Amino acid sequence: MPDVTKTAAAVEDAVAPPSVDASAPVAKAEKARSLWGDAWVDLRRNPYFIVSSVLIALLLLISAWPTLFTSASPSAGDLVHHFLSKPELGSVGSPEWLGYDQQGRSVYARLIHGTRASVTVGIAVTAIVTILGGVMGMIAGYFGGVIDAFISRITDIFFGIPFLLGAMVILQSFTERTVWVVVFALAFLGWTQITRVMRGAVITVKQADYVHAAKALGAGTVRILFRHILPNAMAPVIVVATIALGGYISAEATLSFLGLGLAAPTVSWGVDISAGVAQIRVAPHVLLWPSIMLSLTVLAFIMLGEAVRNALDPKLR
Amino acid sequence: MGRYVARRLLQMIPVFFGTTLLIFAMVHLLPGDPVLAMFGDKGADPATLAAKRHELGLDKPEWQQYLFYMRDMILHLDFGTQIRNGRPVTEVLGDAFPITLQLAVLAFAIELVFGIGLGIIGGLRAGRLADNLILIFTLLIISIPVFVLGYIIKMVFAFNLGWIAPNVSTEPVLSEMLAPAIVLGGLSLAYVARLTRTSMAENLRADYMRTAVAKGLPRRRVIGVHLMRNSMIPVVTFLGTDIGALMGGAVVTEFIFNIHGVGGVIAESISRREGSTLVGLVTILVIVYLVTSLLIDLLYAVLDPRIRYA
Repeated sequence: MPDVTKTAAAVEDAVAPPSVDASAPVAKAEKARSLWGDAWVDLRRNPYFIVSSVLIALLLLISAWPTLFTSASPSAGDLVHHFLSKPELGSVGSPEWLGYDQQGRSVYARLIHGTRASVTVGIAVTAIVTILGGVMGMIAGYFGGVIDAFISRITDIFFGIPFLLGAMVILQSFTERTVWVVVFALAFLGWTQITRVMRGAVITVKQADYVHAAKALGAGTVRILFRHILPNAMAPVIVVATIALGGYISAEATLSFLGLGLAAPTVSWGVDISAGVAQIRVAPHVLLWPSIMLSLTVLAFIMLGEAVRNALDPKLR
Repeated sequence: MGRYVARRLLQMIPVFFGTTLLIFAMVHLLPGDPVLAMFGDKGADPATLAAKRHELGLDKPEWQQYLFYMRDMILHLDFGTQIRNGRPVTEVLGDAFPITLQLAVLAFAIELVFGIGLGIIGGLRAGRLADNLILIFTLLIISIPVFVLGYIIKMVFAFNLGWIAPNVSTEPVLSEMLAPAIVLGGLSLAYVARLTRTSMAENLRADYMRTAVAKGLPRRRVIGVHLMRNSMIPVVTFLGTDIGALMGGAVVTEFIFNIHGVGGVIAESISRREGSTLVGLVTILVIVYLVTSLLIDLLYAVLDPRIRYA
């Protein structure tokens, strides 16, 4: 279906997918669907989407209520359990399931409790970056001219700074590095990516007939921006933001690994991986499990983003 | 063409100053005092500290420090002096840069050859087994953070199989750099493969492809010239911005394999608050980024004759 002709109204009702209501007549689902409605139908059949959604739901559940999954404390260490004295593993879900680390702390409990740090960083950075970058991109794309040139040069400046290096410099200046400090550093450097995507999308959309029509009817700038342009320019931003979310989680872990992100006593996968490096030869499991969890989490968000992109791009269907 | 290049070069100037100013401000907002650090735990009397600060120009307001720094850099190619040992920054960078450049170039070559190779295989067989395997493989590579991949490779190939040395020696030879380069280039390799694949799969259906086949061109020419040339634009865009990114991202790889390149200098200057070293380093990376992005834009016109720069 040609997405250029879709109207803002059609996009709005797509937020509630057409066939989600079980009592809806078949005829209703058969009528011409919007881009988003179409995408939703496509997504529900996509195994990548299903797998990644289940994984992400599970991760959110773990980070909200870690005690549902383990009763062991992530910071209680008993050297009786040191991995050299207790190499045998226990049953699934018990504290000794995945073994113990150097200080006799349960690797499984740390895995579960470390989820929150990664997920919080990922979601918070993405939220800030999408809102800030999105607004800047909309302003640049819609108004054009000097404002656009100014905002575009600012994004150019940020693009010139290597991401990891910039984050390292910012984080070094904080003596106490909490989750929110890491969020600040990543968001400060990351918003320009969304600005570029949004700007490009807005420039394409603002030439559409329905925008001219709305303008001719006397709609105000804010109304045109938020009711007509935003819903139609959002698709690429959502895709980029979802994929970037995985990248932010990976960046947090990388910074913690380098000793510039989160630090003990905060429980985080990056901190555990960094601690596990020292025992890589005698106890690889200390390093391995957080690495697997981290990779799975990043994978889940990238898979979700790609599934959404494929569903939204009619060319790929 | 000439006017376009001139305009792009002019546009680079504010970006160049903006980036250096931003990194300069970030570094100088760091708490801690490099002069105080010079004297260790014993400390020195305030007069000596003040004299040393004056000698290094650190007693001036920060905006003046920035202006002086930029003046020396542009007019004399002088990137300042390391506060701790008085070595010129250019000399420090001269030691570290070739090693990182070697690593980055090797990583770039790997990503170019294998990324585009896998992309072509996948793109030509879109939807079939080989394509799906490549998609899954690249998805996995993208999801595994660089430092995790680094340790997996180190664990398997250095500790279990004993094929490579776990750490790279101080005077690295090219063969030692292979494993670190694979780690460094792995992520980009996956992106290149996916970009190439998508772009080729899309262009396979283009009208000019049908025309080329219909007029009886050999398959090699159809794919090698008609398809490749049209499919390379997004790939070239990515590759262009990636050279700078590889050099900046080498920090982690160098840390894992104990390579004494730019990464080590960066880590050391951050912890010692060596502002001038950091700014000098980032400036070089910024220049690399700006120049490559200009070259990429000019390369578009070669790949797609419809693109003209008046």
